[in-house]
Amino acid sequence: MMRGSGKAAASLPLLLCGCSIQHYQSTFGNAAEEARQFNTLFVIFLIVCAVMYAFVIAFLIGSIVRRRRASEANVFETGRHHATNPAMQTGLMVWGGVIGTGLIALAIASFFADRSMAQAAAHEKLSITVTANQWWWDFQYNSADVSKTLRTSNEIHLPVGVPVRIILHSNDVIHSFWVPSLAGKQDLIPGRENDISITPTKVGLYRGQCAEYCGTQHANMAFVVQVEPYADFIKWWEQGLAPARAPNAVLAKAGYQYVTTRECAMCHAIAGTTASATVGPDLTHFASNRSIAAGTLPMNQANIRRWVDDPQGVKPGTKMPKVPLAPNDLKAVVAYLETLK
Amino acid sequence: MNPEELEDLREENERLEAERARIARDGHHLNGAELHARLDRTWRRQPGLIGWLATVDHKEIGRRYIVTALIFLALGGVLSLIMRLQLARPDGHVVGAARYNELFTMHGSTMMFLFAVPIMEGVAVYIIPLMVGTRSTAFPRLNSYSYYMYLFGGLMLWVAFAFNIAPDIGWFAYTPLSGPQFSPGKRADIWAQMITFTEVSALAAAVVLVCTILKARAPGMTLSRMPLFAWAMLVVALMIIFAMPSIALCSGMLISDRLVGTQFYNHYEHGDALLWQHLFWFFGHPEVYIIFLPATGFVSVITEAFCRRPIFAYPVVVLAIISTGILAFGLWVHHMFATGLPRVGYSFYTAASMTVAIPTGLQIFCWLATMWDGRPRFQVPMLYVVGFIVTFVIGGLSGVIIAAVPLDLQLHDTYFIVAHFHYVLIGGAVFPLLGILTYWFPKITGRMMSETLGKIGFWILFLGFQLTFFPMHFAGLLGMPRRVYTYPAGMGLELPNLLSTIGAFAVATAVLLFVINGVVSYFRGALATDNPWDASSLEWATSSPPPSYNFEHIPVVASRTPLWDEKGDLPVVTGLRVDDKETLLTTVVAAIPDVREPVPEASIWPFVAACATGVFFVSSIFSPWAVPFGGIPTAIAMAAWFWPSSLKRTAEPVIA
Repeated sequence: MMRGSGKAAASLPLLLCGCSIQHYQSTFGNAAEEARQFNTLFVIFLIVCAVMYAFVIAFLIGSIVRRRRASEANVFETGRHHATNPAMQTGLMVWGGVIGTGLIALAIASFFADRSMAQAAAHEKLSITVTANQWWWDFQYNSADVSKTLRTSNEIHLPVGVPVRIILHSNDVIHSFWVPSLAGKQDLIPGRENDISITPTKVGLYRGQCAEYCGTQHANMAFVVQVEPYADFIKWWEQGLAPARAPNAVLAKAGYQYVTTRECAMCHAIAGTTASATVGPDLTHFASNRSIAAGTLPMNQANIRRWVDDPQGVKPGTKMPKVPLAPNDLKAVVAYLETLK
Repeated sequence: MNPEELEDLREENERLEAERARIARDGHHLNGAELHARLDRTWRRQPGLIGWLATVDHKEIGRRYIVTALIFLALGGVLSLIMRLQLARPDGHVVGAARYNELFTMHGSTMMFLFAVPIMEGVAVYIIPLMVGTRSTAFPRLNSYSYYMYLFGGLMLWVAFAFNIAPDIGWFAYTPLSGPQFSPGKRADIWAQMITFTEVSALAAAVVLVCTILKARAPGMTLSRMPLFAWAMLVVALMIIFAMPSIALCSGMLISDRLVGTQFYNHYEHGDALLWQHLFWFFGHPEVYIIFLPATGFVSVITEAFCRRPIFAYPVVVLAIISTGILAFGLWVHHMFATGLPRVGYSFYTAASMTVAIPTGLQIFCWLATMWDGRPRFQVPMLYVVGFIVTFVIGGLSGVIIAAVPLDLQLHDTYFIVAHFHYVLIGGAVFPLLGILTYWFPKITGRMMSETLGKIGFWILFLGFQLTFFPMHFAGLLGMPRRVYTYPAGMGLELPNLLSTIGAFAVATAVLLFVINGVVSYFRGALATDNPWDASSLEWATSSPPPSYNFEHIPVVASRTPLWDEKGDLPVVTGLRVDDKETLLTTVVAAIPDVREPVPEASIWPFVAACATGVFFVSSIFSPWAVPFGGIPTAIAMAAWFWPSSLKRTAEPVIA
């Protein structure tokens, strides 16, 4: 289980600087039981399809090459165009049998893969409720003890090796929850509840993205998944439950004042402050996220400023309005947001 | 009966007999140039603009359909080039998010509703009456109305685009995104009403085709001797009749949700967002086969002519077409594998989706066996058939892959799907279409297309296509969802996207070359003989281009390949009127002469009715009052259209 952690540690800075990481959002990621099953089944299908394709192409090439030798073809010019070749009649039946057998084999393979995934869903040990919004993700870690319920946005942590049930809701239009490296997608449909189960098997950082067209900023509706050892995960959860600390620095204090009493608080919540609206993402641990605005910008001070200053310029159409901030206020808000680790 | 009545009856009888004596009919006494002159006077288009708008000649309507659809193809293609430029590099800045969403919506809607289906109907409307040996389509005025409805629907969508109110909801317009809450403004209404136009048009064309194919075939052309293209179009037209009501229902409910506040798709009021998807895909999946099956007909036509023998195992091919048409209605849920429906149902739809591979695979075998047993000549149309097989089979096999639920859950809504359906629709439908346009070009225009330009164009298109769409499989597997206006660097998507963009320009070059070839050949091409490819079906039995009345005498058919089996002159039946439009109807199965049917005169009323309907549809985007008030001029125009001109022209039984 710990094998992948070194690699994940190595890939972390790469993700932060936006450099090349293959497969952190790839169906070849193989980082969960479900993705592994996809890969096995995909290879089986690919082989069978490649064999079928080879048959067709061989027959095609054969019939092109053959024409050069055939002086006795069953054609109009020889007057035998209504004759049929008995070998072809046998061939047609054999071909029908080959297709039928191939399809039945594939259908059975597909059926068993589907069922084994459904069984995995029965053993989940952790449940997370996802609520999709235009264009960001709201995550809630469910716990029997309500005080342990944790809310995050656009970033989730999963313990490696633990089956997780992810319950899917939508607040507005249809979205689709998709972390290709871990599992297939499942739609979040307003008025319905769906679920998907994932058993991560490799520690690492992965990227998920909305896969159902959901309006203007469908392309910028991503989230980060960190798969980590169980102990780290529990530690992260505990930390997440802690309210935001009151800032010490003067500038950050001014920002705190602004954020909790002015426009920001109308949509956002920050635990431990008076800001408690749920229209927009929860900001309690905003600065510990790896990205801003659901995967639109990497997290750093300059990008926080860009985003707060002009959300419509960064992510045109986003539901976050442009709030005209005086330069001092902007500086203060950014300074405060940076403290929300 | 009193004597007065008897006297009336006798008088009427005498009058009719005298009238019959005046009627001129074709036959051995009326032949050659004189027959041509008289038939042409009866059938040709009336002069002037009114005559041009009023024509009911299926050849003119078919030509207009084809040209209009090709213009929409070009427009849709330009949109795809802009999208490819935007996606050539990560974080591109060619267009913004909102514009990009309009582009793919316009591209998909244009290609599906304004290009692919109409061009198949257009080709069929042109060629089917010639292929089955008759003078006109059934319901020629309905045919004219169908074209104008299609044209107006397309114009409305593109004028809206020019005025920056183009739809931005994707070509399948999922609710609630397309509903009143999340798509305020008129963009979604434009899309939904464009659907209304095209469904009216497609239904009209389908009725015309079904009746033409079933009732207007030449004597002797039994169902088992019917050309395979006619079989394909018969099945397609029936599919349109069964599929269109579903989209009419769902787009109608969407319009009513948006216009008058019904709540069909609003779950807060006990509507259901998924209802849309069921109704849409119950139409949307057959739609794919409505595009693909005519293309299989093209492939059969070309393969037969260029391999010099009829298609191997004709009954198998016919059954394959029919079973594909039926199976197409049992697969729609495979577009909804990620929506969380019950798993038992999913297994059924996986099996049903895979089953489609059987008839299609058998058809592929039959074409290849025809090539094997025949002596293929690789002129341009046949090259497109080879390109079709090489390309389409990849799309078919990737279709088998995504029929499996566990695989589809990963691949659904990614570029893998984009690759899959372009392989199926371009490889499976556009390649045969370009082949058949090259093949029927001499019949339509009287001139041959350039073989050299055609071959160059084919190879650029074939290779450019693979370069564009093959890398998309990898983009999808590497995690690129479809319908995104941008993607981040570092996911391995740079190379496949760059290749796709380069390929897209190669494809555009090839299409441009095809158009240039068509235009140059139209004016300067070598003159075509009646039967330049030495093919076997009836459309080659008349001149190129055909006269206004198609055939001097209605031909009689005794085999599947009449022009190959009747050395010398084709046998004909005579006795149709030449002084008035008349055609011969035959029985549905055995094609025994049944009745002599008067053919409606040209009329401006279908055009006027289409204008009235168009105003009605467009204005109903803005106010529900347009429905009652817009209905009035439409009803008047239709009443004028259907007004019986004279009672003396009734169908006459054929004298055996």
